[in-house]
Amino acid sequence: MAVKVRIPTPLRKLTGGSSEVFAEGVTVSEVLADLEGKYPGIKERICENDGALRKFVNLYLNDEDIRFKENMNTKVVDNDELSIVPAIAGGIS
Amino acid sequence: MDFTEEQIERYSRHIILPDVGGKGQAKLLKSRVFVLGAGGLGSPALLYLAAAGVGAIGVCDGDLVDLSNLQRQIIHNTGMVGTPKTLSAKKAIEELNPGVKVTAYNERLNAGNIREVIRGYDIVLDGSDNFPTRFLANDASFFEKKTLVSGSMFRFEGQVSVFKPHQNYPCYRCLYPEPPPKGLAPSCQEAGVLGALAGVIGVLQAVEAIKEILNIGEGLSGYLLVFDALKMSFKKLKIRKDPGCALCGENPSIKELVTYEEVCEATAGKCES
Repeated sequence: MAVKVRIPTPLRKLTGGSSEVFAEGVTVSEVLADLEGKYPGIKERICENDGALRKFVNLYLNDEDIRFKENMNTKVVDNDELSIVPAIAGGIS
Repeated sequence: MDFTEEQIERYSRHIILPDVGGKGQAKLLKSRVFVLGAGGLGSPALLYLAAAGVGAIGVCDGDLVDLSNLQRQIIHNTGMVGTPKTLSAKKAIEELNPGVKVTAYNERLNAGNIREVIRGYDIVLDGSDNFPTRFLANDASFFEKKTLVSGSMFRFEGQVSVFKPHQNYPCYRCLYPEPPPKGLAPSCQEAGVLGALAGVIGVLQAVEAIKEILNIGEGLSGYLLVFDALKMSFKKLKIRKDPGCALCGENPSIKELVTYEEVCEATAGKCES
């Protein structure tokens, strides 16, 4: 399954500036593994060492939070859109 | 309530709006909004709230106006460089609408004072620029049962939501349980923000605050609006109330305000975007 992954501004330096990339897998977990293969370093910005989602980052499959679906085991289908949505606070004053 | 001739003229475009009318305008005139940060988000939000006739506005910021703020913090002007932001904002609001009662809090809020300060307001509008303040505002708003209109931004991207856990909607912690630790928040060197983006997000916050006061339309409670200025795209994502939320869930572990450490040294001590 090929899904479109939406990359938030803070992580775009890992994707060479791209705001949208494609990754493959049957579950969210597999999509993230594929993403890490293509853009090394991106997974640790999203997941803890044990693979669980970090508490200040969310993943949305289309418009649903995966934590309220089957988390990392949530199934994806072709043309789904996976959005990485980190907490942002401002950043410059 | 009886309007003065001046008020009828000043607010005529609201009064003739079917969903606002005289009744709605009267609600605005009686409303009290606390704005956290007179910076990038607070500036446009404050101006529109004042223009709308919000009766009492509290504005909190501990900083002085700096020349580098003026690229986006449009409530301030060049002549105010070096002046406390709260005083600069108060002056601008009073010039725009002398009918608004402005209270300036020239300080940084902390766990010891925030609850008492926000208690006198109906709505808290968060335009802060750091995670410790953002979580503090969320938790204090929850404990004081205040509606929190939240906005944040980074470079070309912004987020807006309304948190009303006291009305069975999610809180900020249902969305993000904890702030990022040191080293994982985007560094200040990488930061920077498109000035006009602050306008988009801050004005959306003002719109949501005004809708809450008027009790009209569909608010952003239970949704996170994500705006990408480069793509010119708005995405509305669902936020679920988390039964396991440490603050507003079924078995909360947070029973009092928590103080987090500032994760980005360069923004420590500052209170706005």
